[in-house]
Amino acid sequence: MSSSPPDTATPPLPGPIKALAALGAALVSLPLVGLLVRAPWSSLLERLGDDIVIDALRVSITSSLAATAFVVVLGVPLGWTLARTDFAGRQVVRAVVLLPIVLPPVVGGAALLFALGRSGVVGKPLNDAVGLVLPFSFWGVVVANAFVALPFMVLTVEGAVRALNPRVELAAATLGATPVTVFLRVGLPLIGPSIVAGTVLAWARAFGEFGATITFAGNLQGRTQTMPLAVFVALETDRDTAVALSLLMVAVSMTVLVALRDRWWTS
Amino acid sequence: MSATSADALTLTVAGGRTTEAFALDVHFTLAPGVTTALVGPNGAGKSTIVDLLAGITRLHTGHISIGDRDLDAPANNVFVPSHLRRCGIAFQQPSLIDHLSAADNVVFALAASDRPRGPRRALRQPALDWLERVGVADVADQLPATLSGGQAQRVALARALATKPDVLVLDEPLSAVDIAVRTDLRRVIAEHMAQHRGPRLIISHDPTDVFVLADNVVVLEAGRVTQSGSPTALRRAPATQFVADFTGVNLIRGVAHRGRVEIEGTSSVLMIADTAADGPVHLRVAPNALSLHRVQPAGSPRNTWPATVVAVEQLGDIRRVHLDRPVSLVADVTPGAAADLELAPGSEVWVAAKATEVSVAPR
Repeated sequence: MSSSPPDTATPPLPGPIKALAALGAALVSLPLVGLLVRAPWSSLLERLGDDIVIDALRVSITSSLAATAFVVVLGVPLGWTLARTDFAGRQVVRAVVLLPIVLPPVVGGAALLFALGRSGVVGKPLNDAVGLVLPFSFWGVVVANAFVALPFMVLTVEGAVRALNPRVELAAATLGATPVTVFLRVGLPLIGPSIVAGTVLAWARAFGEFGATITFAGNLQGRTQTMPLAVFVALETDRDTAVALSLLMVAVSMTVLVALRDRWWTS
Repeated sequence: MSATSADALTLTVAGGRTTEAFALDVHFTLAPGVTTALVGPNGAGKSTIVDLLAGITRLHTGHISIGDRDLDAPANNVFVPSHLRRCGIAFQQPSLIDHLSAADNVVFALAASDRPRGPRRALRQPALDWLERVGVADVADQLPATLSGGQAQRVALARALATKPDVLVLDEPLSAVDIAVRTDLRRVIAEHMAQHRGPRLIISHDPTDVFVLADNVVVLEAGRVTQSGSPTALRRAPATQFVADFTGVNLIRGVAHRGRVEIEGTSSVLMIADTAADGPVHLRVAPNALSLHRVQPAGSPRNTWPATVVAVEQLGDIRRVHLDRPVSLVADVTPGAAADLELAPGSEVWVAAKATEVSVAPR
């Protein structure tokens, strides 16, 4: 889309820079080569048809999509609010919301357990009131995924809203548009590309999540065992299945990246 | 609601603090059916007043009302949000909605203001009609980023007009427009302003806009109204140096042909440097570009004509001489020259203008 035309002159790149760039590319691609070499190609289809693999794929896809939906519904308003309002403690809220990016996921999972567990601060009243038990359930996986993925949407939206010219929305209001109309029909479409980018980032983070999921939701096949968890288990018991699962994750991730590349990433 | 469309707009800001370095201390009333020009140096508070009218900035003290409807009255805890104010504003930056085409920007305004009520699909034709009226129907399906400054300003004007506002406000509508198309856009603005029954306000830097478009002028300097009145009254008796400079420009209507301009309503002819100008024009001559003489200056006979002094006033270090016949003009001379010429109301003088000091714009 925005690849530079071939006749655009650029200064020559020093040799050492090219060498470091090649090393960087190798760091990422060599493990992939390792997977491909180690793959049990002859029995691959059979292994991919295994119940463990099918269940993990189903849980992974449904939970990551559900988590992404939560992230969109909650993350866009949160990023917008952080960008546009100025309340006391805004910096604190912002720091807390972004914490999952740097926090080890296992710590996040433990924190979720203390908050939303059967005897947790919020979990106990929630359980007493409506009988909702999140830990070790499918919705626990969704919550853990949303927890780690939310900051990516918040950061993306906040940056995009800060770059918006508020005069466009203010002028739209003088035409008679209510604040809701201005938000939905002027503001949101203007940052549409950023919302899509944030959605893809959040989904990718949720799809690959491991630590928070296993800590908060456990590792029950067919209910809470996602693909990364299945890979972890299979590594101990059945290496060939572990490799098959890994290849499947690579395939799904690559498909999504390539499908969206032309629209949201410039090649 | 439309019953209020012919009420006056009153704005009073008394000692109201704004974000700017000075306190805004302003009171004016805009009568319905009258075009008022708000003029003043940069940073005088003109944009703040537009934002106050739009509901973008809140008053600390004072009030804004249309007829008996308060828009902003902190003393009564009244603050009407932008979308309920019915103030049609074309902002200096057109602020069109970037992802909507020119036509869809007008559709948005029609839908938002419920005029006419109906499904969005049915609003396209009325939107196209509005674009046609301001002369940009040909760019209906273009996105704002592809429009020229003048086209964007016209779409913004169409959008503001389409909401059938109680008050029409145009903030520097010609500032981002090429000189070549300015005259045409000014004519479109004049036409639509004349049709608006409510109060109409135009903010401008350009004396030509004020003399052509405005019935009344409010001068704002450092947050205060320093003078208000008709353009002619301001020119006759400027209260401040800014008003003197602003209104001092002589605007002469004529018809140009091959470097000669016949002055409208007279038999006089002015020579101009621009030989390409052809047809009806506005000539502009600065007051200090005119020289006065007791007898017809020898040498170049071009652009000299006899005139009668109407009045002489003191403006700081200069004397401003008001002249009449064949056209009403002002000329600035030094006190020494005024004494030598024995200028007084009724005295006869010769006026000389250098062709190169006369600027020409089509009208």
